[in-house]
Amino acid sequence: MNGISRRGLLKTGVAAGVLGLSGMPLRAQTRGGKLTAGLSGANTTDSWDGRTHSDLFMIASAHGTVFDCLTEVAADGSLKGELAESWEASADAKTWTFNLRQGVTFHNGKAFGADDVIESLQMHLGEESKSAAKPIVEAITDMKKITDHQVQFTLAAGNADFPYLMSDYHILMFPAGQIEEGIANGIGTGLYQVKSFDPGVRMVATRYADHYKGDSAGFFDEIEYIAINDNTARMNALMTGQVDAINRIDFKTEALLRANPALRIQEVTGNQHYSFPMLTKTAPFDDVNVRRALKYGINRQEMVDKILLGHGQVGNDTPIGPANQYYAGDMEQLAYDPDKAKFHLKEAGLDSIDIDLSASNAAFEGAVDAAQLFQASAAAGGVNINVVQEPADGYWSNVWLKKPFCACYWSGRATEDWMFSTAYEAGVPWNDSQWDQPRFQELLLSARAELDSDKRREQYTEMQQILRDDGGVLIPMFANYVQAVNNRISSPDTVGNLWQMDNARMAERWSVA
Amino acid sequence: MGNVLTIILQRLALGALTLLIVSIVIFVAVNLLPGDFAQNILGQGATPEAVASIRKDLGLDQPPVTRYFDWLGGVLRGDLGSSFAQANFASFTGTDSGAKTVADQIAPRFANTMFLAMVTAIIAVPLSITLGVLAALYRNSVFDRAANITTLSSISSPEFFLAYILILFLAVLNPILPSLSNIYDGMAFSERLQKSLLPALTLTLVVTAHMMRMTRAAIINLLASPYIEMARLKGLSPMRVIVKHALPNALAPIINVIALNLAYLITGVVVVEVVFVYPGIGQLFVDSVKIRDIPVVQACCLIFAAAYILLNLTADIMSILSNPRLRHPK
Repeated sequence: MNGISRRGLLKTGVAAGVLGLSGMPLRAQTRGGKLTAGLSGANTTDSWDGRTHSDLFMIASAHGTVFDCLTEVAADGSLKGELAESWEASADAKTWTFNLRQGVTFHNGKAFGADDVIESLQMHLGEESKSAAKPIVEAITDMKKITDHQVQFTLAAGNADFPYLMSDYHILMFPAGQIEEGIANGIGTGLYQVKSFDPGVRMVATRYADHYKGDSAGFFDEIEYIAINDNTARMNALMTGQVDAINRIDFKTEALLRANPALRIQEVTGNQHYSFPMLTKTAPFDDVNVRRALKYGINRQEMVDKILLGHGQVGNDTPIGPANQYYAGDMEQLAYDPDKAKFHLKEAGLDSIDIDLSASNAAFEGAVDAAQLFQASAAAGGVNINVVQEPADGYWSNVWLKKPFCACYWSGRATEDWMFSTAYEAGVPWNDSQWDQPRFQELLLSARAELDSDKRREQYTEMQQILRDDGGVLIPMFANYVQAVNNRISSPDTVGNLWQMDNARMAERWSVA
Repeated sequence: MGNVLTIILQRLALGALTLLIVSIVIFVAVNLLPGDFAQNILGQGATPEAVASIRKDLGLDQPPVTRYFDWLGGVLRGDLGSSFAQANFASFTGTDSGAKTVADQIAPRFANTMFLAMVTAIIAVPLSITLGVLAALYRNSVFDRAANITTLSSISSPEFFLAYILILFLAVLNPILPSLSNIYDGMAFSERLQKSLLPALTLTLVVTAHMMRMTRAAIINLLASPYIEMARLKGLSPMRVIVKHALPNALAPIINVIALNLAYLITGVVVVEVVFVYPGIGQLFVDSVKIRDIPVVQACCLIFAAAYILLNLTADIMSILSNPRLRHPK
């Protein structure tokens, strides 16, 4: 039910089915045919190396089509096994035993087993490793092969979300001893095997005949992903029927797509959010009252309406979104209130304050406009924001984490702990607000090892409240994933909201109508 | 003919010098851009350690002068180097097994670009010369005016606008041609041609005006000459006068303009490539500049510069050959 925003639902009614049908059996799906999708996020630097993946084209090609992970996040947000059939934890959530699926083969015929798991995870380690999943794998202190189809992991500290982390799109399963070959040619255990791959141009894959998912997934005979980074070209390709689906539609031309009866639009609110982090170790942001003045000085609804053109949802200064399990959606919403902003400034002993806000559209599309809206709304509360327009080149190296107050975006994470330990835990490199609140850090550690779901919900709710009231990151909006599909292709009623294009798994879940 | 040979050799030597200067300018310019490959590839994840590790792998920690001469040495031996984009991928695995050289990366894209340029040239060159001759023949007529207005408006519009207009009429309203030109290896020639037709037509609209107007002007220029008057007095038809007597003598400037436009087709069509998602060298070039993949940028620039130099050289030689006075100097 969290899969779609209230606004999106009212506006479109497209996913009305989501309301009642989550969890119900899918319609009968036809086998055969071809899916052609035009996707953005492709680069000439692309390769099959999961450690380097960061944008949709390769995530959909590798994670969603050619490779598998140990676990998989289903469209409704629940966790299910992919190459792992089941798993159990010790009471302290420190030791995890995974039972692997039997009879699985790689596309080159090699049988899948415990060695492949261990070697595929080790790829992310090593001093030289630039893998984005390094922190996840580093937390494993010991990997033990118990039988050919059973692996035991020992973690440095208890982590109840460990199976979730194993669904990360970076942590793909490669054939042991043939990892280089696997990377060069794309040899995985996925539903489709690579037919041709031209980085930054095109990927074609055909259905792998005896796949362990059998008839329950992977309904197409062939998948073709075409790299179309240009918005207009992507839309033209869909409108003229040369592709069946596109990601990231341009909101300005959305009406044209809606007017076309052969197409439908899928819109889901996930965890993708736009933010304004401030360095809380730097004056004046070290004063919680200044932070609160800013929290009340930003007009969140206006940003959703004008920057996202309605395709989103207001944020409450927590990175936990509707795609998260313990999302505190009923928590009281921060609202624009210049009087309260003034009040908090007075608490800080100030009548007005001058602040520089660094922004560039590299942070997110419309970041500079958002900063200017913020400037206008905050002025009424006595906060004078000076918008500094930064160059897009080198924004992440020279501005983010460096300038005291800037614009930023996050695609969010599947679990609370994953998000917090990436960007809110004291001392981690991406803690973009340098925020360190004792109660929050204490809860973070205890919730991580807690296996009781109710207790975790309590703890995560409290953490979200602390973030809202004290945190150093302004999160005014969650941006929807909006994509368009030709009616020639049918998709399940529940569309994943963790990532674009049904969690990048359209090759697995969709079929010819 | 010895004369022509000397000119060719002279021009080739000058061309090589120009290439050298171009390579220095590009190297300096790319180095002046903020950020480098390591920062760009890591994006949000650019921690100082990771940046330093990639820089070391790629030799970016060396001073620029050293890097430049390393690269230049490689080029002189015929080795354009390894693309950073692919080198980075290899360094992850600790081997070079998957590394692509710059030549591997550029070759297929360059072949695509040449294909598009050729298709365009095959349509545009005969079309514009015919139009030019006809415009000269019927100068100041309605036909002349119409041809001028049409070609001038198309050259005055931005390329992407022409592309969208063509997509609107030929792909959306009347689905005759595909708007997506994603050609790939192993595609049948006819399909490849069909997919390349819209971008080729767009480019035709862009280059026709220039060539057509030069043809027209060069011919009209000659029409006042005494020998043309003589031909007319002989009673030849106006068409024959122009095609047989005026055109051969007007060839030199026309060839020059054609060469310039061909060079443009090889080097300057990135906008059209983006609109039609055509995997040509322009897109690769822009991508490489974006991620500061210096070896690829350098190699592309060299190819572009070489295309200009060679085509201009060809044009000069052909003008000499088309002119008996230059062919047999006294």
